[in-house]
Amino acid sequence: MDERTIRLKINGREREVSLPPNVTLLRVLRDLGYVDVKNGCEKGDCGACAVLLDGKLVNSCLVLAWQADGREILTASGLGSIEHPHPIQEAFADTGAVQCGYCTPGMIMATKALLDVNPDPSEEEIREAISGNLCRCTGYAQIVEAVAEAARRIAGGGDSG
Amino acid sequence: MIGKVEVKPLPKVDLPPLRQVGRPLRRVDALGKAVGSTVYAADFSMPNMLHAKVLRSPVPSGRIVGLNVDRARSIPGVACVLTARDLPGAKLSTDMPGQTGRKERAGSAAPVLARDVVRFQGEPIALVAAEMEEIAEEAIGAIELEMEETPGVFDPEEALKPGAPKVYGDDNVVARWKIRKGDVEKGMAEADLIVENTFRMPFVEHAYLEPEAGVAWVDDQGVINIRVCTQVVEHFRSVAKALGIPQNKVRIRGTMVGGGFGGKEDVTVEIFLALLARETGRPVKLVYTREESFVAQSKRHPFVITHRTGVKRDGRITAAKIDMIADSGAYPYLTPYVLLYATAMATGPYRIENVSVDSVAAATNQPFTSAFRGFGGPQAALAYEQQMDEIAKAVGLDPLTVRRANYLRRGDETATGQRIASEVWLEETVTRAIAGLGEPTPSSKTRKVGRGFASYFQSYGRITWFHDTSRAWVGLELDGTATIRCGVPDIGAGQANSLCQIASELLGVPLERVTVYATDSAVTPLAGTSTATRQLYMSGHAVHKAASAVRKNLLDRAAVHFGVGPDAVDLADGRAFVKGDESRSIGLDELASPCAADGIPLSTLALFTAPFTDGIDPETGQGDIWPDFTFGAQAVEVAVDIETGQVEVLKSVACHDVGRAINPAAVRGQIIGGSHQGLGYALMEEYIVKDGITQTPSLAEYLVPTSCDFPATEAIILESGSGVGPFGAKGIGEPALTPAAPAVANAVADAIGIRIHEVPITPERVLAAMKRGARWRG
Repeated sequence: MDERTIRLKINGREREVSLPPNVTLLRVLRDLGYVDVKNGCEKGDCGACAVLLDGKLVNSCLVLAWQADGREILTASGLGSIEHPHPIQEAFADTGAVQCGYCTPGMIMATKALLDVNPDPSEEEIREAISGNLCRCTGYAQIVEAVAEAARRIAGGGDSG
Repeated sequence: MIGKVEVKPLPKVDLPPLRQVGRPLRRVDALGKAVGSTVYAADFSMPNMLHAKVLRSPVPSGRIVGLNVDRARSIPGVACVLTARDLPGAKLSTDMPGQTGRKERAGSAAPVLARDVVRFQGEPIALVAAEMEEIAEEAIGAIELEMEETPGVFDPEEALKPGAPKVYGDDNVVARWKIRKGDVEKGMAEADLIVENTFRMPFVEHAYLEPEAGVAWVDDQGVINIRVCTQVVEHFRSVAKALGIPQNKVRIRGTMVGGGFGGKEDVTVEIFLALLARETGRPVKLVYTREESFVAQSKRHPFVITHRTGVKRDGRITAAKIDMIADSGAYPYLTPYVLLYATAMATGPYRIENVSVDSVAAATNQPFTSAFRGFGGPQAALAYEQQMDEIAKAVGLDPLTVRRANYLRRGDETATGQRIASEVWLEETVTRAIAGLGEPTPSSKTRKVGRGFASYFQSYGRITWFHDTSRAWVGLELDGTATIRCGVPDIGAGQANSLCQIASELLGVPLERVTVYATDSAVTPLAGTSTATRQLYMSGHAVHKAASAVRKNLLDRAAVHFGVGPDAVDLADGRAFVKGDESRSIGLDELASPCAADGIPLSTLALFTAPFTDGIDPETGQGDIWPDFTFGAQAVEVAVDIETGQVEVLKSVACHDVGRAINPAAVRGQIIGGSHQGLGYALMEEYIVKDGITQTPSLAEYLVPTSCDFPATEAIILESGSGVGPFGAKGIGEPALTPAAPAVANAVADAIGIRIHEVPITPERVLAAMKRGARWRG
């Protein structure tokens, strides 16, 4: 298959890669080292691979890398780090929303997408916003609490990005 | 509907005050996971690494009549293709994983790769390693496999009939257990009524978010290293055995596990990776797809359970006769023990003098079944708690009155004659769970509201005749930080964090200054499996013991420093100080120097051993089986739409006596998460297999609960302080799941007045049951 060189801006950094048309964004992100983007099903059923593409939440397994050419991608590791965590990440850690952690990066991106457009969501809006992200450990309650807590912290001026 | 209940004050419990234990602190693993820096098994790569794929049987029962890999081997980029012919006699021991000196049972091994016969859809046949995943995929497609389908058996009851196709042994019997206590005939004769019901449960998929994955390589000492997500690093022994190499030539480097629930208790990718790494001399990575994860690994056992109970008009049970049939699938794996759990817990948390239980697990050409959170306990509870409600209905009493007439009490014996030494807070938990539902939601014409509850008991800790042990190393560094080395696999429940909070408590080192190294079979002391709700109990004690030894040395040296007796000194907030006069204090960093100078050891390796017992009597099932039990209850309110059959959970409250909550936020997480899985078990989840072929091959067909399916379960945590774990803790990981499904089943029966004897209670089953009910009522 023909390869094409595409440009991706991942977590603020420009990357160029040559790829055939059938490679998913999930695959290219993981191959480039962004392994915080998890592969849970590769069919769009679980949301573990969720990232922001030009600020909108997508399952990266359902996006072809070519479709992301010239666009901006944000993953959980681009949102914050151990030294400088984002308030959403802090809130998840503090409320017991993290158990095995495998759904967490995707959940956090779904949270970011929600709070960017709705800074003070109701419980129902939170549940709806994360309904495409499966979690098998928590029963979601502490995740819902974490999202609400993150909203409070960001409103209180803690948002770093 | 259940009426109001009186909630009595708890018995007075004297819990010693603690500083770090008992606080809902941020777990030590939480932030790394939240910022995406935790490296899971599939996230790890090495230079020169190959990618592996597995060829699996498309049929559930057949003979391999042709297997030609020449074309696959000739594809450019293919490094290695292995079939059973390349590994003569390679077997996977499928029972007794972990820390035990017991020998495996004869006939319990499964071939690593099928040679002549396949027994289930998905059974591995060949392995490929190639330069790229796509090439490995292509090579799998290029393997010429010719199979002749043979008659299979797809139902455990059919499998036990004479003339059934043989999957295992002479008679397809994988295991049998029995309990004989008292005189069941006499008990039945004394009964005013006999209540009989049969309950059915399906296959259930673990559906952890992380599919099985690993990377293996051979190092400069010739040791095969396997970096893998597993609940059992002690599988290095199984790998060594399968490859015919010494045990000290295999090292399992466990990762943070993206969910286990029992599904990563058996060997997954380890042996395949070890074989390919040895054969190629290169690092090899193998990651299952979701679909492969579904067909390759175990399921929760389907059971058919029949209860025949003799009961007096006042609700007292005089006799219980229980029969259980479980589907073992194609290989035994942990079936004999799952069946034992279900058998020994078959009567529920009730005192019954006359008991007879007969259980059997049969081999079929279905997915193999093994450990799944609760390990037979949830199936037993679905039967005994629905039966209790049916008994109540039969004698015309409310369900709580009937249970109260039969609840176990502290000091009573279980059906196997094991005396319960810890607190039995059945009354305490059930009343709080029911009261937590609050005011009833009114029914409407098409939406019937019902309430149900379930009490349960569930063991924690391994079977005591496995002679379970755990080890931990705890040390204080010269700057006053602490390090733990303990082979515990962290499967997401906070196993590692609990150890840190315990060490923090005893050493007086703040939690953020404790670092834990875990889950490595070569460099962290072996701690046994993260299964059986045992890690807090076992490794918690090992850390407690090791940290206590270090603590003693610190106290002794600090006492010399202050010129007081060791009893007058305490440790907290990174300091040693004189009790009652905290102005006299010294930093642990300052104290470490004189200790080092005096040759006082500031690290210890400790071994904790569970109580060791002999096995139960095979004829009567009498004897001790577990270290202790957790008790609790869950109550739910549901609404059933009688036009669509849809069941909606409106409220859910779970109350468990956890002994002592080491980290209440983590305990709450276990209770809510376990409950959610149980609600899914009751209403949604069924891994459908038709004639051995999976019909629910992905997360689009096998539905697990989303954030919108159920409300949050309210978690009520009680602390009797009476458990056998550190600080009086009991276990909660598995128990959290057990009461949810029977509570829902009872609530649905309450709502529509008809018992549905099978889970999941789908809209179709509700509508069918109501149709039947309408016919009977005429």
